[in-house]
Amino acid sequence: MVKVNGEVVDAKGKSVTELLIEEKYDEKRVVVEINEVIVPKKDYASVIIKDGDVIEIVSFVGGG
Amino acid sequence: MKTGEKELIEALKKRHGEELAGTFLESSVAICGLGGLGSNIAIALARSGVGRLILIDFDRVDVSNLHRQQYKTSQVGMLKAEALKENLKEIAPFVKLECYAEKVTEENAARLLEKASIVIEAFDKAEEKAKLVNFALENMPDKIIIGGSGMAGGGSGNLIRVRRIRKNFYLCGDNKTEVGGGERLFAPRVMMCASLMALTALRIIMGEMEE
Repeated sequence: MVKVNGEVVDAKGKSVTELLIEEKYDEKRVVVEINEVIVPKKDYASVIIKDGDVIEIVSFVGGG
Repeated sequence: MKTGEKELIEALKKRHGEELAGTFLESSVAICGLGGLGSNIAIALARSGVGRLILIDFDRVDVSNLHRQQYKTSQVGMLKAEALKENLKEIAPFVKLECYAEKVTEENAARLLEKASIVIEAFDKAEEKAKLVNFALENMPDKIIIGGSGMAGGGSGNLIRVRRIRKNFYLCGDNKTEVGGGERLFAPRVMMCASLMALTALRIIMGEMEE
């Protein structure tokens, strides 16, 4: 079971890049944390999500 | 006659108490982006007695900024870093200011943010916000980051809140309303988010980080 922002999502075996596309996030606007560790941007394509991972995705909106 | 720095610090000590005023005066906060969020945050923190502010923005004051940013008509065309310095010098001359009219990059971030224990992301564009927060979280694990996301439109102010995303990252805003697509920016709502970001910084300085 993989949790993304508190919800169960079928993400096991996918890369962070694939998850972001499926969940309709813009890769350039997010911060991603897996099991409380920040995933560096450059690793989004290579990090593969494992069973039991707890993922937090924070997406910024413009304005300031 | 100008009110002296000593007098202002004495007044702060009376307000906050000697110990807390001292804690604030010893603290150092960097504000990245001096627009609607950053200019308001800077003024709130300076008035509160934060001793050192590092102010970073490469942009100049434009007439279109005046509806929400803490600049004056006489300052249109000035570098925001310089204009804000001028304003803060009048409001709180005891605050040590480091002003940089530069764009924050991966190359200069360590140098610009070196003295800050708290880094506030106050940019306008979502991509720039994400870039700075990612960089800081990846490379500066000892600093606390406060970001702003979602303060456009005329929605209820009650939707603007602070969330502690991880131990060293707080995010303020409604997380939703984006500028553009029909949404505008109104001074009170932008100021609410800015105020919440400034308050979060003060609470962290006071050691209250449980939110």
